[in-house]
Amino acid sequence: MYDEPRFLPAGDRALIMELGDAIEEKCNNAIRSVVEAVEAQNIEGIEEAVPTYRSILFYYDPLVMDFYGITSTLKKLYDQLNVTSGTTGPTLVIPVLYGGEAGPDLGFVASHAHLSEDEVVTLHSSRDYLIYMIGFTPGFTYLGGMDDKIATPRLERPREHIPAGSVGIASKQTGIYPIDSPGGWQLIGLTPLKLYDPNREPPILPSVGEHVRFKPITKEEFDAIKVKVDEGAYQPTIIKVGEPA
Amino acid sequence: MKILRSGIALIQDRGRLGYQAFGMGTAGACDQYAYRMGNLLVGNEHGEASLECILMGPTIEFEEDTVVAITGGNFSATLNGVEMGNWCSYRVNSGDTLELGGVMSGRMGYIAVAGGIDVPLVMGSRSTYVRAKIGGLDGRNLKNGDRLSIGSGNLLTAGRQLDDRYIPTYETDTTVRVVLGPQNDAFTEKGINTFLNSPYQVTNSCDRMGYRLQGDAIEHIKGADIISDGIPLGAVQVVGDNQPIIMLADRQTTGGYTKIATLVTADIPKVAQSSLDSIIRFKSICVSEAYMSYRQYEEQFKNLRWPEEQA
Repeated sequence: MYDEPRFLPAGDRALIMELGDAIEEKCNNAIRSVVEAVEAQNIEGIEEAVPTYRSILFYYDPLVMDFYGITSTLKKLYDQLNVTSGTTGPTLVIPVLYGGEAGPDLGFVASHAHLSEDEVVTLHSSRDYLIYMIGFTPGFTYLGGMDDKIATPRLERPREHIPAGSVGIASKQTGIYPIDSPGGWQLIGLTPLKLYDPNREPPILPSVGEHVRFKPITKEEFDAIKVKVDEGAYQPTIIKVGEPA
Repeated sequence: MKILRSGIALIQDRGRLGYQAFGMGTAGACDQYAYRMGNLLVGNEHGEASLECILMGPTIEFEEDTVVAITGGNFSATLNGVEMGNWCSYRVNSGDTLELGGVMSGRMGYIAVAGGIDVPLVMGSRSTYVRAKIGGLDGRNLKNGDRLSIGSGNLLTAGRQLDDRYIPTYETDTTVRVVLGPQNDAFTEKGINTFLNSPYQVTNSCDRMGYRLQGDAIEHIKGADIISDGIPLGAVQVVGDNQPIIMLADRQTTGGYTKIATLVTADIPKVAQSSLDSIIRFKSICVSEAYMSYRQYEEQFKNLRWPEEQA
């Protein structure tokens, strides 16, 4: 993480505020705190913020405020910032059917880690992950904090079709594909939950700064949850801060 | 109105703003200039939905009386078989047939109707975002036999004609203005010089997401990969093959490739309208010059005066 934020021009309607150049929780906490502070202060001219691991893309109206106006406001805000820790958000429990057809790369991940498939599942599902960023496609969650033991490189040849709900690993990251899309992550399981549903309010389930916990389920449980999800009757389990797990 | 033959057409508006933090791309009309002028010609507020046609236009039978204007590329439009000009508004009656053909100049056309195309708002926008299957009509391109309802508009806006000085010409060799950054420091000096002094040709890998260009290799210092970062509209992304891609309306919200420069808003329509094999050149300007271009761009929409308003 840098000592001072960098401000980079991105045309006449956008700029990037960069706080670091690595995936680290401290930097990500600072990113989230900046976004929260900007939203709370409703800074004139700023139209939209797109946070990532280590930077924020701000869209602004240059007829209201220019690059120098926005950056000096953001710098002042940053200097007074109270960076919150990453443990404040609630935890969304995501049921996952691991392995088999639902997770065709679980075997490869296990052999790469010199572990059994069950050990990989236990390691993957035994901790809470912070949502570092959402990007790429609607609701694609990039989760930080996975156990290094099960880190696995991406596929050499990306798949053309990955079904919505697939849970994957790409080096030290884990995440969930919210819509059918191409992709190169190692697929270890499938959730019956819809992380993205345009006809639901809210359409995208988790938010940046919240946590995700994976809960292994059986094929029977998967089918039962899927029926409820399709009927719109499934209530996802959300553990609020301070509640016992 | 009824779509007799769809061509390649989909419903677009100014875009789905405010949801990029959830990974939701903005979509929206690729050529916002032509789209906005279309709405003004038929007396709509900014933001009403129009049809965007790409390369091949639709044939439409109107089922109501309204006013229509075609803007953007030239699709040899006819109304009941009679030639129609672009950048003018026409009164149409129920039963009239509007026919667009293949594009003759430019790439994208807009069909604006008085009152706008009436489909449900999804997250504040009617824009079709095919990848997420939302917006427009069931989140997809139009197909033969689709029916669209339109809002109620002001029929007195028929007969408007845009002044010549506001009508763009679509060149096959065009220069666009960019502001260097956000990741211009990931390129060698030679790489930046190459980018700013070489012609780049529009390839056939162009869609609403981005236009891939082909030309002299743009040299990186360490490579094309960065830790994921937001992608602004009009960003010029240079990927591993050292070739530029200009990111447009359907771009993904974030990406892990270096962006050497970003187009000014006023010049994004020039790119959207560039046809296959045409040449794009990049000219670097500073941020304050870019603001000046933006101010001039926005003023064009405010300066218009119509005959029926002066009467």
